[in-house]
Amino acid sequence: MTVLKVAGIFLTAFFFGLTFEGIGRKITARVQRRYGPRWYQNFIDLFKTLSKHGYTHGWIFDFGVIMALGGIIASLGFVPVGGIVAFPGMDNFFVIVYLFTIGSLGMAMGMVGTGNPWASIGVARALTLMLGYEVPYMISIGSMLYFYRTSSISAIMSAQGGDWNLFKFPIGALVALISLQGMLGKEPFEAPIAPAEIASGPMVELSAKYMGLLMLMNTFMEFAEISLFVDLFLGGGTYFVFLLKYLVVWVLVVLISSVLPRFRIEQAVYFYWTVPIILAFVQVFMTVNGFVF
Amino acid sequence: MDKIEKIDERGVWEKIADQLRSRSMWMLHYCTGCGAVELPPSMTSRFDMERLGMGPMATPRQADLFLVTGYLSTKTLRRVIYTYEKMADPKYVIGFGSCTINGGIYYDSYSTINRLDQYLPVDLYIAGCMPRPEAILNAFTKLMDMIRKGEADGWKRYNENYEWYKQNQLRSLGEVVVYDEFHE
Repeated sequence: MTVLKVAGIFLTAFFFGLTFEGIGRKITARVQRRYGPRWYQNFIDLFKTLSKHGYTHGWIFDFGVIMALGGIIASLGFVPVGGIVAFPGMDNFFVIVYLFTIGSLGMAMGMVGTGNPWASIGVARALTLMLGYEVPYMISIGSMLYFYRTSSISAIMSAQGGDWNLFKFPIGALVALISLQGMLGKEPFEAPIAPAEIASGPMVELSAKYMGLLMLMNTFMEFAEISLFVDLFLGGGTYFVFLLKYLVVWVLVVLISSVLPRFRIEQAVYFYWTVPIILAFVQVFMTVNGFVF
Repeated sequence: MDKIEKIDERGVWEKIADQLRSRSMWMLHYCTGCGAVELPPSMTSRFDMERLGMGPMATPRQADLFLVTGYLSTKTLRRVIYTYEKMADPKYVIGFGSCTINGGIYYDSYSTINRLDQYLPVDLYIAGCMPRPEAILNAFTKLMDMIRKGEADGWKRYNENYEWYKQNQLRSLGEVVVYDEFHE
């Protein structure tokens, strides 16, 4: 049964993750008054990259790519997706956050293994940005874990009932949404993969199937991060309700990213360590003193 | 010259892969000349290249389609060859404008390369000085048809006739050395 549930989560992440990315590209195109690609364009892109004959850059590169994809798949298995909880009792917030770093470090190792300076700059920027958004995110989520006296995501989901955490912790939800924008690498926090500036950063030397695997990793990562937001703040829900909430959050993120330019990396970290961090402390103050709606 | 009928040697998987490749072409535009000016209008809202599944890519490693947009000097030819050899198979080349066909208005300059396809296998030329975005999009749809039929086999020709291409490159450039400063 566990195997089936894990397979269900992966198939959901694969199919709906890529579909929603395609819808996001369509929305961006419509914002720019273009017609845009087909909704299944990302499937074509993925399978095309897997069909090409690529170049490797040594075993540490191969290992890094596999480690990145494997780490993200491992952490995705613990995220509750629309009523499917693969490992009941183990869907702990800290387990997921801990496993996420394996994927990020795998990517950092593999991409630095290519020896390209743009890749090193991109990885350095990605880790710096992570330092920026993780702090306000952790403070805001931490106040919520303190309020519920648990770090189990299904427990928080069921404790919400019909009364979403979005309304109980409005400032915390705002902070988490701003951090989500950085986690997904969307504008204005797009500095790590700036294509025109540092030639797409970590992905600079990726050809063929390596590109495909990293695209898949990116899709899974986006799916896990938005799923966490939906579970923690929008109350999860049954399978299709969950996907509907997911789509709403994703469209919001895409709309924000399609109209904004890019922050420089120090501006992004400065922003995260001033505005969202103060808001997160306000949320902590309110939670500790019992101002929860 | 009579056109020789070619036999389709592709297997089923190659045919499926070619369908995918034709519908998702990531391009690298090497902006050597005025042709680069015609690309932003074909990418943005007037002609919208993305609806064909095409998009600009940042590096040669990720790209499938190589656009040589304008005339080539011997200095840029060297970079063009490096870039082409970095791309992953299968890869396609489009030559923009009359400069890549016969040298264009600089045909008698000492430093201009007159015929691109002596150095790289060109799949398709767009004639004109410069071609309008309509002509560019027309060429892209033509290239997609060629890929689906298995006619865009420039990368195979390059691998098979590598000695000949290398000879021509050496004659123009003196030497072609790729320095790999990170792995030596």
